[in-house]
Amino acid sequence: MQMKEIMLGNEAIARGAYEAGVKVSAAYPGTPSTEISENIVKYKEIYSEWSPNEKVAMEVAIGASISGVRALASMKHVGVNVAADPLFTISYAGVNGGLVLVAADDPGLYSSQNEQDTRMVARAAQVPVLEPSDSEEAKEFVKFAFDMSEKYDTPVIVRTTTRLSHSQGMVNLCNRIEVEDKAYIGNPAKNVMMPGNAKVRHLVVEARTKQMIEEGCDFPINQMEYKDKSIGVITSGIPYQYVKEALPEASVLKLGMVNPLPRKLIEEFAASVENLYIVEELDPVIEEQVKSWGIKAIGKEILTVQGEYSANLLRKAIKKEEIEIKPVAQVPNRPPVLCPGCPHRSVFSVLKKLGIHAAGDIGCYTLGAVAPLNVVDTTVCMGASISTLHGMEKAKGKEYIKNWVAVIGDSTFMHTGINSLINMVYNKGTGTVMILDNSTTGMTGHQDHAATGKTLMGEETIAISIPDLCRSLGIHNVIEVNAFDTKALEKIVKEELRKDEISVIITKAPCVLLSKKLSDTQCNVVSIKCKKCGMCLKPGCPAITKKEDGITVINETMCNGCNLCFEQCKFGAIEKMGR
Amino acid sequence: METKNIMIVGVGGQGTLLTSRILGGITRIAGYDVKLSEVHGMAQRGGSVVTFVRYGEKVYEPIVEEGQADVLIAFERLEAMRYSHFLKKSGVLIVNDQRIDPMPVVIGASIYPENIIENLEKEHRVLRVDAMAKAKELGNPKVFNIIVLGVAAAYMDFTKDDWLTVIEQTVPPKTIDINIEAFLIGYEMHQ
Repeated sequence: MQMKEIMLGNEAIARGAYEAGVKVSAAYPGTPSTEISENIVKYKEIYSEWSPNEKVAMEVAIGASISGVRALASMKHVGVNVAADPLFTISYAGVNGGLVLVAADDPGLYSSQNEQDTRMVARAAQVPVLEPSDSEEAKEFVKFAFDMSEKYDTPVIVRTTTRLSHSQGMVNLCNRIEVEDKAYIGNPAKNVMMPGNAKVRHLVVEARTKQMIEEGCDFPINQMEYKDKSIGVITSGIPYQYVKEALPEASVLKLGMVNPLPRKLIEEFAASVENLYIVEELDPVIEEQVKSWGIKAIGKEILTVQGEYSANLLRKAIKKEEIEIKPVAQVPNRPPVLCPGCPHRSVFSVLKKLGIHAAGDIGCYTLGAVAPLNVVDTTVCMGASISTLHGMEKAKGKEYIKNWVAVIGDSTFMHTGINSLINMVYNKGTGTVMILDNSTTGMTGHQDHAATGKTLMGEETIAISIPDLCRSLGIHNVIEVNAFDTKALEKIVKEELRKDEISVIITKAPCVLLSKKLSDTQCNVVSIKCKKCGMCLKPGCPAITKKEDGITVINETMCNGCNLCFEQCKFGAIEKMGR
Repeated sequence: METKNIMIVGVGGQGTLLTSRILGGITRIAGYDVKLSEVHGMAQRGGSVVTFVRYGEKVYEPIVEEGQADVLIAFERLEAMRYSHFLKKSGVLIVNDQRIDPMPVVIGASIYPENIIENLEKEHRVLRVDAMAKAKELGNPKVFNIIVLGVAAAYMDFTKDDWLTVIEQTVPPKTIDINIEAFLIGYEMHQ
C-alpha cells in the first residue's frame, strides 16, 4: 500500500533525495533551505554534513559525484552566490553520479538580505532548473532531476521558494531506489578544467542546452492544461497554485523545467490561446525569452517583480476584479528581537554604553541594528563584517576605527569570516574583531558547525578552537570573556580599541535557546523601589515592559535570569530569585 | 465541501507552529486534502507569526486570502487585531486574552491600542479566552495554546476522538496527558 504523509516542502525534498538513492549530502544552513539537511540526516543511507559554507558544500557534492554516487547540495539563494564558482565550472565538466543543487529563493524577503532569482544565476551558468509547485512535486522533481543529471551529463538545480519550502502538503511515499555506484574512470579532458579542455567542454554545454530545449518539450514535468482558450497562462512553481485558484477557467502551461525553456511547447501553447499571460515571481526570466521569440504576452507590465504573489493579486491584475477587503488595522509593528537572556544583548548594551559602532554580519546579532540597541551600522553578507571594517580603516586610517568594531558569530566566522580575518592580518589591519560565540548557528535554529564538536549526523568530532585558530594567524591579542560579565567586557573593549594592532575579543555564552529550558533563577521587580527611570528597558529585553503607571514589570514566563536588567538598576528595584 | 480556511497567529515562541502541526495531522486523519503554510526563520525571535491551514477536497493555494478566513485563532490581542482583515464576515475570531508588548511599545515609540477585543466585537463574532489563567491552574502555562485550540475545535469539522488521537501523535510523549487535559478544558468551554 502506498503511504501518504503530510510533509513540509523541504522534508519532501529530503525524501526525494532518499528515494533517488542519494549517498552524499552537504549544505550550510540558511532559511528557507535548512530543513532539507535536518530531514536528510534521518535517513541512515545518506552521509550528510554541514559544510562551513556553500562553496565547500557544492565541492563536496561534486567530489562525490565524480567518484560515482548521487550527491545533493542545498542552500538558500544567497548561498548560491558563495557556491557560484564551482557551480559555473561543474556545468562544463558535467557529472558521473547524478548531481543536484537545491536552491531556495526568498520572494518577499522573510529572512534574507536580498530578493535575487536563482534562475538568473542558472542561466548564466547554463545549468537546467526544475521548479516544483507543492510538496509531492518537490519529492518527485528531485528524483527526476537526478535522472536528468545523469542522462544529460549536467548538474541540475531544483529551485524552491519560501512558500514551497515552508508549506506542507500531501506526499505519496515510495521506496528508495538503490542506484549502483558508477565506476570512477579517470578522464582529465572532462574533469580538469584548464583552458584547452574547457574550450572543448563549452561546445558540449551549448549542444546539451540545445538538446534539452528540444527534448524538454516531452518531459512529463511540463504540463498543458487546456480549458477556456481565451486566457492562456504560462507559469511554474508556487505561482501555479495562485493561477489555479484565481483563474480556474484558464488554460495553463505549467513548466516543470524553467531553464532552458522548452521552446516548441511554449510556441504551440502560445499559438492556441487568445491572450497569453506569463506569471512568475521575481524576475521576468521566462517572459523576456518568450517575448524575444516574437510571441505577444503580458507579464511584468501588470505584475510586480517584488515579493510573493497571491490569487488576489492575479485576480486584480488579470481579471481587473476589485475585491472588497477591510483595510489593514494600523497597529504597532512586532519586529523580531533578541530573545530574553540572549548573550548578544549583553554585548551590545556594553557597546552602546561606550558609543561604539559595529560593522555587522548575518545572524541573530544583526538584530543589534534595531531599536533600542542601534549598535550595528552595516550588514552586507556572511563574513563581510571583518572585511568592511578593514576597508574603512584603509580608507580613513586607524584613528577613524577607534570607535568601531566588527561583530560576527561563531558559525559565520567559520563560514567566511576566517578568510576576512586572514586578510586583515596579511594587509596590516589594526581593527578590533568581536566574535560573539554562542556555540551554535542561532538564527537558523541551532545547527552545529566546525567549532561545536559535533557533526550533523550527531557524531563527536574535533571542536576547532576559535582562539587558537586566531592565534595561529599571528594575532597577539586574543581575549576570551564571558558575554554576561559586562564590567570585564567594558574594560577589555576600551583597552583593545586603544591598541594599534588587531584584537580579537571572543565573548562566550551559549545561545539561551540551546538548553531549551528556563534558568533556575529569574529577575523580579520590587515595585516600591522602582523609580520609573527606564534604565532597565534600555537593553531591549522583550520580557520587560512598563505597566500603565510607569513601573517596570517582568514577564515571569519569559525571563531567563540573565541579570542584565538587575545590573542596570541603580536603585536595587530588581531582585534575583529562585523560580 | 468548500475549502475551509483557518489561521493561527501569535508571537514567536507561543507555540503557533506546534498548533498548526496538530491541525495538519487532523486533516490527514479526516481524509482531506490539506495545505499548511507558515512563516518562520524569525519565528523564535519574538516576531509576529502567522500560519495558514486550508483543507477540503482539493486545495491549490497554500495561503489564506484576506477576507477569507473561517476561523482566526489569535494567541495575543494585538496579533488578533493585526490579522483581523483576513476574517470572513461570517468568520469567528478566537482570541487568547493576553498582552505581549512589542519592542516599539516597550521603548515608547508606539502605543499598544486599547480596547482591542471590544472593538473587534463590533464587527466580528469573537470568543475571548483567558487561556493563560486556565493553563496556570493546570500547572503548565505553556499549554495555553492547546486550550485555545480546544475552543476553536468547535468551529471545525473533526470529531473529538480524532482531536485526541492527533494530539497524542504530535506532542512530546511526556506531555500527552497535560495537553489532552488542556484541550478538553477548551473543548468543553464552548460546546
